[in-house]
Formats: sequence, C-alpha cells, structure tokens
Amino acid sequence: MLAELGLAALWLAAALAGLQLIAGALALVSFNKGVGDGGTLAGIVRPVAVVQGLLAACALIALMGLFAQTDLSVKLVVENSHSAKPMIYKLAGTWGNHEGSMLLWVTVMGLAGGFVALVERRLPEPTMLATLAGQAFVSLGFYGFLLIASNPFARMSPVPAEGQGLNPLLQDPGLAFHPPTLYLGYVGLSIAFSFAIGALVTREVGPAFARAMRPWVLGAWVFLTLGITAGSYWAYYDLGWGGWWFWDPVENASLMPWLAATALLHSCGVLAARNALRAWTIMLGVIAFSMSMIGTFLVRSGILTSVHAFAVDPRRGSFILMLLAINIGSALVLFALRAGTVTEGERFAVTSREGALVFNNVMLSSILGIVLIGTLYPLVTEAFGQKVSVGPPYFNPMASLFFVPMVLVLMVGPLLRWRRDKLIRVRSLLLPGLVIGLAAAGLALWLGVKGLPYIGLVLAPAIAVASLMPLKGRNLRRLPLPVAGMVIAHFGVAVALFGMACDSAFSTEKLIAAHVGEVVAVGPWHVTLAGVEPVAGANWTALEAQLRVRYQDGDVFAMTPQARSFWAPQQNTTVSALHTRWNGQLYTVLGEQADGGRWQLRLWWKPFVPMIWLGGALIGLGGALALLGRLLADLKRIVVRDKIAYRRMRQGR
Amino acid sequence: MTMIKAKHQRLVLILIALAALVGAVLLAAWALRNQASYFYLPSDMAAHPSSPDREVRLGGMVERGSMHNEADGVTVRFVVTDGKARVPVRFSGIRPALFVEGSGVVAEGKSSPDGTFLADNLLAKHDERYVPRELKDMTAQQARQAVAATK
Repeated sequence: MLAELGLAALWLAAALAGLQLIAGALALVSFNKGVGDGGTLAGIVRPVAVVQGLLAACALIALMGLFAQTDLSVKLVVENSHSAKPMIYKLAGTWGNHEGSMLLWVTVMGLAGGFVALVERRLPEPTMLATLAGQAFVSLGFYGFLLIASNPFARMSPVPAEGQGLNPLLQDPGLAFHPPTLYLGYVGLSIAFSFAIGALVTREVGPAFARAMRPWVLGAWVFLTLGITAGSYWAYYDLGWGGWWFWDPVENASLMPWLAATALLHSCGVLAARNALRAWTIMLGVIAFSMSMIGTFLVRSGILTSVHAFAVDPRRGSFILMLLAINIGSALVLFALRAGTVTEGERFAVTSREGALVFNNVMLSSILGIVLIGTLYPLVTEAFGQKVSVGPPYFNPMASLFFVPMVLVLMVGPLLRWRRDKLIRVRSLLLPGLVIGLAAAGLALWLGVKGLPYIGLVLAPAIAVASLMPLKGRNLRRLPLPVAGMVIAHFGVAVALFGMACDSAFSTEKLIAAHVGEVVAVGPWHVTLAGVEPVAGANWTALEAQLRVRYQDGDVFAMTPQARSFWAPQQNTTVSALHTRWNGQLYTVLGEQADGGRWQLRLWWKPFVPMIWLGGALIGLGGALALLGRLLADLKRIVVRDKIAYRRMRQGR
Repeated sequence: MTMIKAKHQRLVLILIALAALVGAVLLAAWALRNQASYFYLPSDMAAHPSSPDREVRLGGMVERGSMHNEADGVTVRFVVTDGKARVPVRFSGIRPALFVEGSGVVAEGKSSPDGTFLADNLLAKHDERYVPRELKDMTAQQARQAVAATK
C-alpha cells in the first residue's frame, strides 16, 4: 500500500513538473507579446512548484517507511536492507542505493524549487517564470529517469524470507549525514542554474539578479563544503587506510561542483556590488550545476566501480548521459545565443578588488579543468583499449600549481578597494603575513620538510595572519556578518592547509605483527597490545584488540580497534580506533592473526591532522554567517518597505 | 596602475581567462603522459617490463599455493598470473578482507630490478557487488582460464 502511495505521489509530482514547465513557458510568451500579465497561467506556476516539491517529499517519506518496516515485497528493500539492521541504518539506507539516492535528488530539487517559488519576490515576474520553468525542465528529466529506468517502488514476487543487507562500509553514522548534505549542495546549484537560465531568457542580468541568486549559491556552497568535509573524514576513519583524500573519481565528482560554486560565489559578489562580470557569472552558474550532473553521471552510470557506484544497468548510464547532454547542451546553446546581448559591466583596474576576484576565478577554473581532465582521462584511454589510473602524482602538483598563486592573491585581495587601488596603500597590512611566512619558511627548512608540504607549511601561517587583516581598524561589534564570514572562511583555508601539510610532513607509521603484551612505539606514543577478544553487535561479530596507549609520560587509557565480520551481506571490514589530542590523532587498525600467535597492527601518529576537517568546518561556518547576514539584511529591507507602505496608507496617500 | 583602455577591457579579460585555461589543459596533457599509472596484466608485464620508477597497476589472479608469509608477520609474497605469465609480488600491510589464493587482485606499486613487483596497496573485491573496475572484464574472460590453470 505504502509503495503504491509513494509511486502515485512520484507520478503526480512528475505531472506537476510538466505543468510547471508548460504553464511557465506559455505565461512567459504572453508576457513577451505584451498581452497582459501572463494571466491565470502565471498565477499557478508558484503554487504548482510548491506542491510538486511536497509530493516528491511524500514519495521519499513513503520509501523511508518501507525501509523502516523492512517491507520485503519491495525489490529495493530486499536488495539493500535486512531486518536485523539497526534502525538508523534502515532509514539512512533509503539513500544508500541507486534508486533511493535519485529519489532523494529529485526531492531536494523539488523542495528547493518550491522554496524559491514561495519566498523569492525581488526579481521581475517574467524572470521568475523562466527560472521556475527551467527548474521544472531539469526536474522532469530526473523524474523520467526515476519512473522509467529506476523505479524505487517496484514490487517483487515471490517475497523472499530476508533482505540482502547493506554494504557494511556504509553502515556508519556518516551515511545519515554525508549523502543528504552533499545532495543539498549539488541540487542547490540547480537553483543557481535555473536563475542563470531565467536571466538569459529575459536578459535581466544585473545586481538584482546577483543578489537574488547569491543566497542560493551560498547555501549550496555551504552544504557542499560540509558534505565534502564529512565525506573526507568518513573515508579517513572508515576505510582504515589512514588517508583522507584519494583523488578517487567519486571524490573528484564532489570537488568539481565545489570549485565551480566557489568561483561563482566570488563572481556573484562582484556582480552584486559592482555590476561587473555579467556574462561570466551566468556562465559559471551553468557550469556549476553541469559539474553536479557530470558528477552524478560518473558516479551513477556504472562506468566507475566504487562504494558509490550503485548502477550496473547500462541503460541507466545512457539515460543519464542523455539527460546530461540535453540539459548542459541546451543551456550552453542558450548562453551562446544570448551572451552577446548581455551588455558589458562596469570597468575596473587590474589592482582592485574586482581584479583579485577575477584572478581567483581564473585560478579556480583552471584547477577545475585540471581535475576534470584527470578524472575523464582514464575513461577516454579505456575507450582506446588502454587502462590507466590517475592519482596523486598527477593531481597534487598540478592543482598546487594554480592553488598557490590563488592563495597568494587571497592574502591581498580582501584588503583592496573596489574599482582601483594601489598596492602601496595596503603594504603595512601585508607585512605581518610576510614576516610570519618567512619565519615559517625558516622553521620548516630547519625541520627538514621538503616539496609540497613545505610550501603548505609556509603558506598556511601567512594566510592565517593575512586573512585577519581586513578586521584591522574595524569595530568588531559592528562588523557586518558577511565580512566576518569571509574572514572566518579564509582563515579556515589556512587551518585546513596547515592540517594537510602537517599530515604529509610529520606523520609516522608503524606496521608490525605484535605478540600479546608487546609494547610498540609510534611517534610520542607507547602502545601495548593487552589482548584480542571476540565481541558481537546487532548484525556482526568482531575480534577486538585491547590496546593500552600512553602519550609520552601521560596516563594510560584503552583503545579498541576491531576486525568485524558482517553476516548480511557476508563481508569483513576493519573498524579503526582513533584518539584525538589538541596536537594530532593516534590512528590504530587491527589486521589478521600472523604466525606465532602475533597480531598485525597498523599504527599512525598524525600531528595536527584534525585541522583539515576543522578548517573545512570553518569554511562552512563562514559561508553560513555570510548567508545569515544577507538574509537578515533582506528581511530588514522588507520590514522597512512594509513600514513605509503602512505609514503612507495611514496618511491617506 | 592605470585603467586598461576602456573598450579593450572585456577582450583582455577573455584573453587572460582563455590563456590560463589553455595553459591548464596543456599542462594537464603533459602531466598525464608522465604521471598516469598504466594497468598491466602479467603477460603485458612480461612482454614490456615497466620502469622501476613508475607507478603502475598489476591485475590478475593470485596463484594457488603461491602465498607465503614472511617472518615479520606483515609481509606477504605471492604470484599474480593471468594464465600466460606469472609475476611475483611483495606487499607489506594489512590485506583486504577478500584477498585469498585464487581470487582476483589489483596491486598498485612499482617493479623492482629483480623482477618482483613491490605493491604498496592491494585492491581486492569488496564483496560480490563491488569489484575493482579492472577486474570486471577479467573475472569474466581470463579469470576462468587463470583459475583453471592454477588449480
């Protein structure tokens, strides 16, 4: 019953998306002909968008209900769930598979579109109609994909006795958080995409458009940042490899929209404040969501195999590829036709805030190009019969080549004035960062650090100091929230960079087969293997190492890494144990039993590694503060406008 | 710094952006030629040995009866085969769960001058559904022969 209700809701939502597209387009045509205000058709577009989002949400809730009950007459539940699974993984398991994750995608997309329809009143009505119609157009493709090629509610007969369970690597609290956050980011960018389409169709590119689009870009960007940060930490402790970024195609698929969104965020600021970079901002709006879709294609098409790649049905891959071609292709054609009519924006000098932001945009786009080429290259060579893989030896130096100049400009850019400025004017503000950077360069040289980690260790403290300089001479209590957000986000870049550099430069690793009672030294730690005990959980059994660890001469405490065996599906995983101090993390993994009653242990001491994710969280926090600041300012403006209108009414004017 | 001549600004911006992007693409192409790590089957490896300073991936089946643990308890030696050629491999670390004799494996690492492949990472099947990409075709075609040959 629930499955049929869910499916019905999904069909209805798809039908409403069709209505939203047609009504929006027709109303737009009547606007353009100057025949009135679009009439009743224009009036229904917003309510339809809201209801469409709610119906998609109903379908998702129905699917979550099926997973919660472990309804084994539904094929998706049989293939991905099990009655003995803890409740949180039953619920989160709803999107731990291809169909469910696509349903989450259209739900977020529908709700975001509905929310825009509900609250956005700043833009001219035709632009809004074009935006909502564009949003419906993109949604419709994904509804079609769900209903035709990946129906999540398909029944199964005969009903099996038990489900096949969820991949144990996904049975982690991270699953409840990482995919929805990332999807909010991916799909939030669809709003920016639709705004860009709307603005192109109606030729309304200007500061008002940028101000309307900015909160959506900011929100999507915050979720992307947090999603990537959480995913990185999840991979770090879940895989037991001690690494936090593998340049895996699936990781790149989330990084590419982030790079484009970061560039878009900065160019949006220029457009809103100075009415410059008009066509460029539109272009980035199109690219950012295109990258989300390319990411989905890479992950969902089955051309890659990883924990993320659920689809193996080649029909799905070609369906997504077709969607991709239609959406991106038509957006680019529209851009090519209309870009010429977007008039040129305000001018600026090379040394100016705009100049610095243009530099930031060009560097981010170049990194995006590097990552995109590196990710697609193996697919291209495979088509010619040569299998290759591209990893850190390519990505690290190539990305750094553009990242380093970008952060050098980051130290100066926020200090410059709009339009034109002189470096001489800000020299006293640049000095502290320069001094700290030189000191760090000397210290790192003395410590014997080389290569990319050296560059990171020099830049991180310099950026940290320079990022605080825009606060100088300001009253901190009256600091606008967006400025505070910018400072915190830039500071977060320095913090994350410091963590990455320290991890590469100072990590120590010990791989050993230890007897029970043996003491192993790793960095400043002493780790004693006290014993190995069997333990059991809801759907697994495990061998658990009893470790007694001590930092230098400090207290002894216990750590318990496990080697788990799940029985549905049958699979073994290692569960690492981590201990975090202010100055780093001890990471322990238990392996197999070796000859002579010894146990394999892999231990890492990673100084300052949590800074990587702390930095990511700071970047996200900065974005959230800026978003809050913008929203409060909008709210204030609306209240003031209403007050003026009220007074005028009372005075009878 | 003077303002760029007014009517040229847009053109200059576009040219700078294009130059940077083209530069990025050229750099990427150059770097990929040197840094991409190629996938070898044991018979490829026998025909064209890879140079010792280059990261490559070696994929095949773990030959039955070839796995030996070394005295340190964490190093394992085994032979990867595709039924036509055999390559000895050495790996130190914690082995993936489904890494057993007769199973498929992709080893990431470098060749050493004595012909042993020094792996710093092993990719085995995660479970029935998640197979390393390079092993997908192999499990279908070569795997059966390989398993038959090594039984």
